[in-house]
Amino acid sequence: MSNPPDAPGSTGPRHRTIEMGVALFIMALGAITMFGSLSVGIGWAAEGPQSGFFPFYVGLMIVIASAINFLRASGIARGRQFAEWGQIAQVRKVVIPMAIYVAAVPWIGIYVASGLLIAGFMRWLGRYGWLMTVAIGVAMPILIYVTFETWFLVPLPKGPLEDLLGL
Amino acid sequence: MDSFGDLMHGFAVVLSWHNFLYMLIGITLGVIIGVLPGLGGANGVAILLPLTFSMPPTSAIILLSCIYWGALFGGAITSILFNIPGEPWSVATTFDGHPMAQNGKAGEALTAAFTSSFVGALFAVIVITLAAPLVARFALQFGPAEMFSVFFLAFCSFVGMGKEPPAKTVASMMVGFALAAVGTDTVTGQLRLTFGSTQLLGGFDFLVAVIGLFGIGEILLTMEEGLSFKGKATGINPTVVWQTWKTLPRYWVTSLRACVIGCWMGITPAGATPASFMSYGIAKRASRNGDKFGTGEIEGVIAPETAAHAAGTSALLPMLALGVPGSPTAAVLLGGLMIWGLQPGPLLFVEQKDFVWGLIASMYLGNVVGLAVVLTMVPMFAAILRVPFGIIAPIILVICAIGAYTVHNNSFDVIMMLVFGIGGYFLKKCNYPLAPLVLAIVLGDKAEEAFRQSLLLSQGSVAVLWSSKLVTIIMSLGLLALFWPAVSAGLNRVLKPLFAR
Repeated sequence: MSNPPDAPGSTGPRHRTIEMGVALFIMALGAITMFGSLSVGIGWAAEGPQSGFFPFYVGLMIVIASAINFLRASGIARGRQFAEWGQIAQVRKVVIPMAIYVAAVPWIGIYVASGLLIAGFMRWLGRYGWLMTVAIGVAMPILIYVTFETWFLVPLPKGPLEDLLGL
Repeated sequence: MDSFGDLMHGFAVVLSWHNFLYMLIGITLGVIIGVLPGLGGANGVAILLPLTFSMPPTSAIILLSCIYWGALFGGAITSILFNIPGEPWSVATTFDGHPMAQNGKAGEALTAAFTSSFVGALFAVIVITLAAPLVARFALQFGPAEMFSVFFLAFCSFVGMGKEPPAKTVASMMVGFALAAVGTDTVTGQLRLTFGSTQLLGGFDFLVAVIGLFGIGEILLTMEEGLSFKGKATGINPTVVWQTWKTLPRYWVTSLRACVIGCWMGITPAGATPASFMSYGIAKRASRNGDKFGTGEIEGVIAPETAAHAAGTSALLPMLALGVPGSPTAAVLLGGLMIWGLQPGPLLFVEQKDFVWGLIASMYLGNVVGLAVVLTMVPMFAAILRVPFGIIAPIILVICAIGAYTVHNNSFDVIMMLVFGIGGYFLKKCNYPLAPLVLAIVLGDKAEEAFRQSLLLSQGSVAVLWSSKLVTIIMSLGLLALFWPAVSAGLNRVLKPLFAR
């Protein structure tokens, strides 16, 4: 939001390419489902249809539907854009910190990770001053702690800092 | 009347002070959820569901269903004041709602929207009160084949009635079924599709999928669009409300038509979003001021809002009576029932009277309370949207992560949430519908069970799905829904020349 996309008329990936990629990806999911079903048996046994029976046909339908989607996607005009590169950069600005956050939660706990995520966002995307950033970055985890651990008695993952504080 | 007595009993259940308090909290939270981007009805309910595990089921469902009503109300606020539909079903409300706000008639637009929502919901609740017990009693005699045919009908409606290409709907739905199949096979207890991973033993939880697809996916889309909130002043006060209310009865035909469309689309799981568009489209064609639609006609606010709310509410009818939810949010509520230890389906009306009628009574009260809350607190809710996205976005992300974690107290679920989020972003951009995916994850095991049990009964012959009159009718309706676009095109070709003469 603070970094406006590049100049108007900027380029981006083709919608056609992405849509064909998505169809292929889903088709792969269907193939994996069929493969996994085959290994547990798709036939008829003493207890009736085997475990793989239903998912096998589900997988088959995924593959067929995706093949149709893939063919239709290949007919999309090449000029159509999926999004501008500037927009993709915006999306990346959420995905990358979020991926780091998700990876960090088991190690440093959800409170510290959340505080850092909020503060990082405010500082680099929202361009807030340090005082405001630190204030909200510290206040939110405390608010979450009070709401979840004290009020609803739901334990959330903790890390070294909480151990140090004896929480 | 039998159900009237039950309903009164339901009111007695709801009118305890703590249930009333849950109702107020639910509505307020719901409106906030509806106003914020990235937190919708389905997602908001999914995040809060784990917190209700220890509550009595009746209080829990009152809290969660009121969040849903609140979210339905909240969507209108952002559509009218900011031209940003907070929920997909309020997209049609922006067409005339925002122009009204630009013309300085925000107060009228908001009053009309809230009141229409209320009327739509009330109509749907009355339909539920009268029809749900009958449907449930009828469904008590269903065997596995009948149950499967109902699932079949529900999923076929998505394919035929949705505006997305059918192959995309099928792909998305089947991915949901495949995800539901991962883990332990509910019939034989055998493990399948886990590929040796211990994390997949428990399968994919639909709550994590909902939070990822609707929550994280939505935030990514919002980021891409580069949000800048430029809101109009609310300008709502008792005089405006009263003046608007005096004009509303004039549009009773539009209103009634929207109620019927909404209920129909909500019960067959097409959902609130197509209902609002359809209602808007028909109102535009039928109205004398049709050509002025889009420039700030009050009718253009009434039609979609009434239909969306009627659809959103009536989506609970099949969920309660048959165990087949009519919308993603109803699906999440259904998942909640199972977690609280209630068996969804027609027996609910026999075995859990307090619960069912308490819920229905709370729909009446919840919507009255909701109307009062939104009319009085609009400026406060609008102020939330003025909090910059740089602060709101990370807080929503953190709330989603906590919601995903608390489902099973498992950090792996948080990773899955992000994966679902990124997947949701691409699916949404490529015009794949997400609702059938979610419904398939929730219903996958039950649909499969019904299918396999029917096959067991018939020794493996698919003809069991055409074995009795009832099953045949429901299956045929399903096929009709599946091929509806082709059927209606054919009908048009045959009927048009007849009427032209």
